[in-house]
Amino acid sequence: MIKSNIKLLVLSFLLLISFRPIHSAEMVDPIKVDWSFKGLTGTFDRASLQRGFQVYKEVCASCHSMQYLSYRNLGEPGGPEFSEQEVKAIAASFEIEDGPDSQGEMFTRPGKPSDKFKSPYPNVQAATAANGGAYPPDMSVLVKARKGGANYIYSVLVGYEDPPPGVTLDDGVYYNKYMAGNKIKMPNNLMDGLVEYADGTESTVDQMAKDVTTFLAWAAEPELEERHKTGVKVIIYLVLLTILVYLSMKKIWSRIDSEV
Amino acid sequence: MSEHEYVPKSKAAKWFNDRLPLLTLGAHLTDYPTPKNLNYWWTFGGILTFCLITQIVTGIVLAMHYVAHADLAFASVEHIMRDVNYGWLIRYIHSNGASMFFLAVYIHIFRSLFYGSYKSPREVIWIIGLMIYLLMMAAAFMGYVLPWGQMSFWGATVITNLFSAIPLVGDSITTWLWGAYSVDNPTLNRFFSLHYLIPFLILGLVVLHIWALHIPGNNNPVGIDIKKPSKDTVPFHPYITIKDAFALLVFMIIFAGFVFFTPNVLGHSDNYIPANPLVTPAHIVPEWYLLPFYAILRSVPDKLGGVILMFSAIFILFVLPWLDTSKVRSAVFRPIYRQFFWILVIDVLMLGYVGAMPAEGIYLVLARVGTIYYFLHFIVVMPVVGYLEKTDPIPMSISEPVLTGGAEPSLARKGNDKV
Repeated sequence: MIKSNIKLLVLSFLLLISFRPIHSAEMVDPIKVDWSFKGLTGTFDRASLQRGFQVYKEVCASCHSMQYLSYRNLGEPGGPEFSEQEVKAIAASFEIEDGPDSQGEMFTRPGKPSDKFKSPYPNVQAATAANGGAYPPDMSVLVKARKGGANYIYSVLVGYEDPPPGVTLDDGVYYNKYMAGNKIKMPNNLMDGLVEYADGTESTVDQMAKDVTTFLAWAAEPELEERHKTGVKVIIYLVLLTILVYLSMKKIWSRIDSEV
Repeated sequence: MSEHEYVPKSKAAKWFNDRLPLLTLGAHLTDYPTPKNLNYWWTFGGILTFCLITQIVTGIVLAMHYVAHADLAFASVEHIMRDVNYGWLIRYIHSNGASMFFLAVYIHIFRSLFYGSYKSPREVIWIIGLMIYLLMMAAAFMGYVLPWGQMSFWGATVITNLFSAIPLVGDSITTWLWGAYSVDNPTLNRFFSLHYLIPFLILGLVVLHIWALHIPGNNNPVGIDIKKPSKDTVPFHPYITIKDAFALLVFMIIFAGFVFFTPNVLGHSDNYIPANPLVTPAHIVPEWYLLPFYAILRSVPDKLGGVILMFSAIFILFVLPWLDTSKVRSAVFRPIYRQFFWILVIDVLMLGYVGAMPAEGIYLVLARVGTIYYFLHFIVVMPVVGYLEKTDPIPMSISEPVLTGGAEPSLARKGNDKV
């Protein structure tokens, strides 16, 4: 009885999950990558996060903002875990506008760990105007904001191709087989050897795409490691409690002639 | 409430109880004679109470950090996710909790449909339950708007625009609902206000729902009236409380699975894109629990017709106790109705599926067939089957089939191994 009920419950959940809305059919399914942060106990690859931050800082950050992150996040557990000194140095390398001071003037000062990531443009309109009419989206939650998540982001980064015959592209538009509609206004910014990794890893396009995607996955879900760890504990606790309550229930119902 | 008179033991308790009989109420709730053959489908009442309390508690905490302003709402949700202690946990419990709430309420409603719990003398319990369900849909819809993502904004636009289908005054009503000339900051503000209000209305209705339940007492899988208290009943505590606790824990394991390991699977990725009135998403879809009604809405080519049909799909349930002509409550003894019941389940699941698909081609055909069948079930099948059907023999009491074992074949049907 219990078994069949649980089975039914599980079945209803599978049904729920299968009720996912579909997307336009033009794009190719993203490449499936075996990310270290997938699965019930997935964690981020610390070295990859640090390299990914470097790619973001040196390549992506010139157009894309990450306005919901603070520099201090870079040193927090579950993230790239830069040392306190490194975080301070990273923050201080940015000039942050502050104020107004006692004279009513705005001023700039070196960044502090508590500051939010500095955005490359003052507002969405400026970002759009500077990028041929396409707003480079804020990347704070980008991985959660795209169907396919990390796989999709990685695929787009490595999905640039020459357009197939018959497809003509306007100036400033590029062909990408994983992008919806296959047209993207972001140029292919990654090329082998572009970044000189601090840890000496060879910076191939594939390596950089994986590293920066890992970094973005963490940025979107900085709680992921804690969530997974807590989840395992919570489920173990609940299962044990369920067993105890089940046995108590059997015991209590044994007082009468009815089954439970 | 007159099983026996409760007399408090101490003098002080008696003094208080004479003035406000809370102890009598407590004793009533503890002793409340409950049919002993209730199966696990009956545990969802307790599960739903847990869901409501969870939503209220997590919601109150979220409201301490959330900012209901079109320019700040999205950022304040990210603030909750990143900077508030365990904010991510509270928000994921709240957002997945809505889905779990609806999962439980659908099981609860279909349990009622299967065992005829809406039938006399429980019509008022059923109607109050439907009012709770309506309020739940309103609360969930407005709650989904609050993060002010793309699906929030466009979902709100689609749903509020339904009211513009009302002849003559439709546009004025829509403007009045928005508080502006489009979904905008005033809309978000009032949705937040109402989203905070509705759960407490639900709580009040839940009290009435349980009160109304305690007048005739629980229905049961056999669907017969039983003497209370008798050898067919058990006191609510500890028998039902422990069973509800066990079922609730199993439910919580599944709940925790969603919250900790796949917290966004029931949402839409577009809702992590900040609301943008200038960019319409490719497909605007509501949350999964509203999809069957969305399918009904879109199955009609005429906007007003679609809106009327969608609301009728819910309001027809209010008259269900009078559409069902059968004298027998439980589908266990109704061989024909039982089959139609499962067809209805499949029909609603199919409507939910096509509600998530674009309204074109085969999906539109399926939506129309499903919609027609949905109404046929209630308007034609329920009265006619109830009238014509030859029902199986009904036992005189709950204890009887237990004693006679498998002698009566109709009692040994699938899904009712406890009858």
